[in-house]
Amino acid sequence: MAVIKYFNEMYQGDAVRTPYAQLQDWMQSMPAELRQMKQAEAENLFRRIGITFAVYGEGGDPDRLIPFDMFPRVFSAVEWAKLERGIKQRARALNAFLVDVYGRGEIVRAGKIPARLVYQNEAYEKSVAGFVPPKGVYSHIVGIDLVRTGPDEFFVLEDNCRTPSGVSYMLENREIMMRMFPDLFRENRIEPVDSYPAKLRRTLASVAPAKCDRDPTVVILTPGHFNSAYYEHSFLADLMGVELVEGQDLFVEGEFVFMRTTEGPRRVDVIYRRIDDAYIDPLCFRPDSMLGIPGLMDVYRSGGVSICSAPGAGVADDKAVYTYVPEMIRFYLGEEPLLKNVPTWQCGKADDLKYVLSNLKELVVKEVHGSGGYGMLVGPKSTAEQVEAFRLQIEADPGNYIAQPTLALSTTPTFVADGVAPRHVDLRPYCLVGERIELVPGGLTRVALKDGSLVVNSSQGGGVKDTWVLAE
Amino acid sequence: MLSRTADNLFWIARYIERAETKARLLEVGSRIALLPSAAGYRNEWDSLLQASGSAIGFGKKYGEAVQRNIESWLFFDRDNPSSVASCITSARESGRIVRTALTAQVWDALNSAFQELRQLERTPRSELELSRLTEWTMRHAALVRGTIDATLLRNDGWDFLNLGFSLERADNTARLMDVKYYVLLPRVEYVGSGLDNYQWTTLLRAMSAHRAFHWAYGGEVTAAKIAHFLILNPQCPRSLITCVESMTGHLERLARGYHRSTEAQTKARALQAELAELRVEDIFDEGLHEFLSRFIREVATLGGLIRDGYLNGDVR
Repeated sequence: MAVIKYFNEMYQGDAVRTPYAQLQDWMQSMPAELRQMKQAEAENLFRRIGITFAVYGEGGDPDRLIPFDMFPRVFSAVEWAKLERGIKQRARALNAFLVDVYGRGEIVRAGKIPARLVYQNEAYEKSVAGFVPPKGVYSHIVGIDLVRTGPDEFFVLEDNCRTPSGVSYMLENREIMMRMFPDLFRENRIEPVDSYPAKLRRTLASVAPAKCDRDPTVVILTPGHFNSAYYEHSFLADLMGVELVEGQDLFVEGEFVFMRTTEGPRRVDVIYRRIDDAYIDPLCFRPDSMLGIPGLMDVYRSGGVSICSAPGAGVADDKAVYTYVPEMIRFYLGEEPLLKNVPTWQCGKADDLKYVLSNLKELVVKEVHGSGGYGMLVGPKSTAEQVEAFRLQIEADPGNYIAQPTLALSTTPTFVADGVAPRHVDLRPYCLVGERIELVPGGLTRVALKDGSLVVNSSQGGGVKDTWVLAE
Repeated sequence: MLSRTADNLFWIARYIERAETKARLLEVGSRIALLPSAAGYRNEWDSLLQASGSAIGFGKKYGEAVQRNIESWLFFDRDNPSSVASCITSARESGRIVRTALTAQVWDALNSAFQELRQLERTPRSELELSRLTEWTMRHAALVRGTIDATLLRNDGWDFLNLGFSLERADNTARLMDVKYYVLLPRVEYVGSGLDNYQWTTLLRAMSAHRAFHWAYGGEVTAAKIAHFLILNPQCPRSLITCVESMTGHLERLARGYHRSTEAQTKARALQAELAELRVEDIFDEGLHEFLSRFIREVATLGGLIRDGYLNGDVR
């Protein structure tokens, strides 16, 4: 097997790349005992603040910590400026696509994307066809997962147009780093990320519904405290100063949605929902859902309330539609894509399937609707038995799988048991789309803590890092 | 504020107060167990179970009322919804649901109690003295109360928390007294005897009030003085009148803040007016047990009115 050369974001040979210049000294001047002490301190802070994700029904401690690595990941101002343009471009195109496919479907008529992929997609929401949400925005928070393979090589792994999670880690990782290493922040000029909640609130308020004639009341809708991301929901509600509601707290009366308060009903204008389409209105979607608000969709379609992300936004982020995003950018914006897609084979196509099955050892295969690093095969890292077992799964339902080349994910230095070692990372920035398109300089860096692992998901032994963007 | 948020705040306080009462009850039990047992005595621990209101559940699970089993049941057992462990867990879970309505300090107090509880649960029972468990519970209840008092915004949420504390405490004080009179004392001829006084004193201890009682009254311990202290004396922090006054105060703050009164205010004021007029002789004329049973019902009614007026989400 050929030895793959991974791009190390800190070192080029023995030379330290400029963005990391200050960190070299910091790392070398920190004795092992101090590092262990700081690591313990960080963990203690996370647990006391309660930044855990809850895993119920698996036994053991329901409150788990995502491992936090103290070694920051750094981007220079120039690198970030390029990324920012690419991310905003993509967020614009995805929203244009959504407005189009729920409207006249020009991109389908033009033959740029197969009608089947759009209109027969499980995430295509027929009940909102013909409806244009306020400001023409379907996806208000676009999480774009990026990987890097070289100094200027970035690839988009996937788009998250529904309710991307993890932004609380971006904010808390920074908070904890600033508490533990204030000197680092004096020596480096690091762009702050703490304006995110205020920007999110402004974004949500900017898409108030047509019938709202006052300062809009914004709420976050959570499935409840058993949800694994509940901490994030309450954290964002707290920082934005808005109510965190469950389905049972809301009801529809007449043309509006109200929340139940100790002073009586109070009208709600914008709902930032952190639950799936299927659960928001039992009258419209799943009649067995206890989470939703009966009648919500009628109010939504008549302009009485805004729902963020808008129902139906999921059709833009499925892994099969992903292949066509560069096409969307050209079609709607008349621009060349600034960020590349990873070449993708769709097992639903006969030719692609043939290629995939004969090259399984080299490829990464994923379920079209999968997430969380479950149900995927990393060819080069798997045993022959695992590959053969997966082959049977693909053959049983080819349309459910896509395959991509195994990317040489970049590494950044990471604290490990016996010092510092390179580990693979990815990046999820959170792009806000409302009246304006905004991006805070930073994001969530996930790191595969196991030596050699390319899977960064927290459910598979991944951790997180603070992500710095240096000021010019 | 959201009705569900208010409801969770109200219950955080009730659970914490309830956990503390269970711990106090265990303390009473261990003290009574030190008494020389007289012929015809019931099993003292049995009477404790009656007081805790969970005798049936205990009987089903453990059968005989021996000290170790009762400690398990009242402190650790998750099958007992009002064990200390269940109460602390429920309070912390309610706290997690309404994190945004609590300060970091209050959350920290609730969360540390829960984390330490889990350590206690892993500690071999032979290393856990009963007195350590009761002190632990009271210390954490005090921490939660202290952080609420010192750090929380004095808004409506603060009122709902305090309503929870006062309502639960009124109920618990009344129940503890009632139990003393009808369960702890085996026979009517013991009333007024030395044994009777010893048990009254134990009751005062269970409310951490026996020193306070002596400062307030001096002299002999008599049933009338104790009834006065625990029912009618506004200086006693656990007396029924103190609890009712606190509820009236918080309900009136709510009414002013919301520019709206509910039946809860009317009920609380009526209850307070009655207690303010009452003399201890009146209580004994009515019969202590009869009075306490009626009071417990009145407090339950008031709880229902608070729920309907603020917490259940059907407020119009």
